[in-house]
Amino acid sequence: MRVSVPAAISVRGLTMAYGDYVVMRDLDFDIHPGDIFIIMGGSGCGKSTLMRNMVGLEEPAAGEVFHGGKSFTRADEIERRRMLRSFGVMYQGGALWTAMTLAENVGLPLGEYTELSAAEIREVAVLKLALVGLRGFEDHLPSEISGGMQKRAAIARAMALDPAILFLDEPSAGLDPISARLLDDLILELRASLGTTVVIVTHELASIFTVADDSVFLDPASKTMLAVGNPRELRDHGDPRVRRFLTRGEDTSEGRALA
Amino acid sequence: MAVSGISCERGADGLLLVRLTGTFRLAGHLPDFEGVRRQLASAPPRRLAYDASAVEDWDGALVARLLTFEETCTAARVEVDRAGLPEGLRRLLELAQAVPEKEGARRSARHVPLLERVGSATLRLRDGTTVFIGFVGEAGLSVGRMVRGQARFRRSDFFLLLEQCGGQALPIVTLISFLVGLILAFVGAIQLEQFGAEIYVANLVGIAMVREMGAMMGAIIMAGRTGAAFAAQLGTMRVTQEIDALETLGLAPFDFLVLPRMLALSLMMPLLTLYADFVGIAGGAFVSVTMLDIGPQQYWDQTASAIGLDDFVVGLVKSSVFGVLVAIAGCLRGSQCGNSSAAVGQAATSAVVTGIVLVIVADAIFTVIFNAIGV
Repeated sequence: MRVSVPAAISVRGLTMAYGDYVVMRDLDFDIHPGDIFIIMGGSGCGKSTLMRNMVGLEEPAAGEVFHGGKSFTRADEIERRRMLRSFGVMYQGGALWTAMTLAENVGLPLGEYTELSAAEIREVAVLKLALVGLRGFEDHLPSEISGGMQKRAAIARAMALDPAILFLDEPSAGLDPISARLLDDLILELRASLGTTVVIVTHELASIFTVADDSVFLDPASKTMLAVGNPRELRDHGDPRVRRFLTRGEDTSEGRALA
Repeated sequence: MAVSGISCERGADGLLLVRLTGTFRLAGHLPDFEGVRRQLASAPPRRLAYDASAVEDWDGALVARLLTFEETCTAARVEVDRAGLPEGLRRLLELAQAVPEKEGARRSARHVPLLERVGSATLRLRDGTTVFIGFVGEAGLSVGRMVRGQARFRRSDFFLLLEQCGGQALPIVTLISFLVGLILAFVGAIQLEQFGAEIYVANLVGIAMVREMGAMMGAIIMAGRTGAAFAAQLGTMRVTQEIDALETLGLAPFDFLVLPRMLALSLMMPLLTLYADFVGIAGGAFVSVTMLDIGPQQYWDQTASAIGLDDFVVGLVKSSVFGVLVAIAGCLRGSQCGNSSAAVGQAATSAVVTGIVLVIVADAIFTVIFNAIGV
């Protein structure tokens, strides 16, 4: 049991809303250190919004997010900036800064948060890019490389400061099956070698079953979470909506009682 | 081509039999069910059935019309028996009805009364003003952070911006200011000739360029050229989440993106204005020398006697402020950009409009102030 270890992230009673429109309410779950945690659910159900709440790009309408036992939601600006240093975020489209080369993209957070010299920053950036298989592309601009490479470069940037928690928003969306598989392998490899906690927003089942340790399932109709747990085990979950999602709609039985 | 037709006949037990014959394809018009509808309306049957045994060919045209027709039947509480339809057609109809209409999903065109439109436009104006004042305040705080050495942006970005706002704008500034000088001289010459006072063209062009037109034309050119570019850059960065990426790294997007743009424009604008002043005077000289028999030396002497250092200061102070305004308009509209490519276009357009309006309003205020203090 992992009960004794404090959670890397705890979400408590979280309600997210845009104005009066409630996206999700009453979310409660823990993400354990070193786990690969999946936020899953149908398209447009608020998965990315949940991630944006967890990294402070949106403020919760109610409830709190804790990082390492400390409230992130209620932290002041200085405390928050300190906490931000321990996350890396990869956005859906990569969101690399288009005016900068890959090495400059990876180097910018290093320049911001460390005392390293320009040459040292470059050295670290080269390493991070090599880790995601982009050795030799340091001086390319984001527009000069393929979509899959942009996503990997974005992961390299997210890992620039060796974050304790890596957030990935739809890492395999828009990638061909082989590139998607390579990305999954990369995520597993990074977790194994660095012990990083990884939070992934996705609805790609193949990817979910390959990498996940734990997950939360969001349902847009009831506007809340329906299940927490390992996705492979959730295939037998009591709620037919969860089972249908995880079996691509094949399991349509309503037989079991709601858990 | 077979003739297509729809007829109906009444059977026992309140049955209405709809007979379809021939070809129903999208190439013509949608099939006409008007006759059957009239029958439905005049004496509603209990049941409705189809006979499609004589249908030769059909496509989406028939399916679409049947779907709307059956909605009428359902509304009139007529039971529909589809057994007589071809199997493929039956399945398409079932597929179209498989997912029931989601309640509240349909958009209805709502008539907005004039008073409400005026009201919401006023509220938008108020909100827009609040946002603008907030943005100007943030700009002030950002400059304060820079003075204290806390604002972070990349030097290389800043130098690139200086080049974009300065050197790269020279060709267009040259062309426009030369022509403006030329036009001023031309219009002035025709009037002044009547009094034999052609030499005062030099005063007219000199003072107009240095006090007004240099700064104003420069600002309008930069609003169209650079303000729009700022809005498009920032807007695209918003759409592609590059600004989010800065925020989660704890870098203030305002310091990183807006501050260097504002600085670059407010530093380069006075230089461009000074340059535009002289090019405009050259334009005036060109007209005077070629059309008015005024010698170049004479023109220059007259210009030098007409304009003083205070006139230059007036122009340069204005242009610095115009630079900040154009940059703020561009960055503000860019940072308000919505999440689509159309929104980026709107942001760029709106940046130019806002920039020009701000510049002209500011110019009017300056004129009043300078007039009051007698500069």
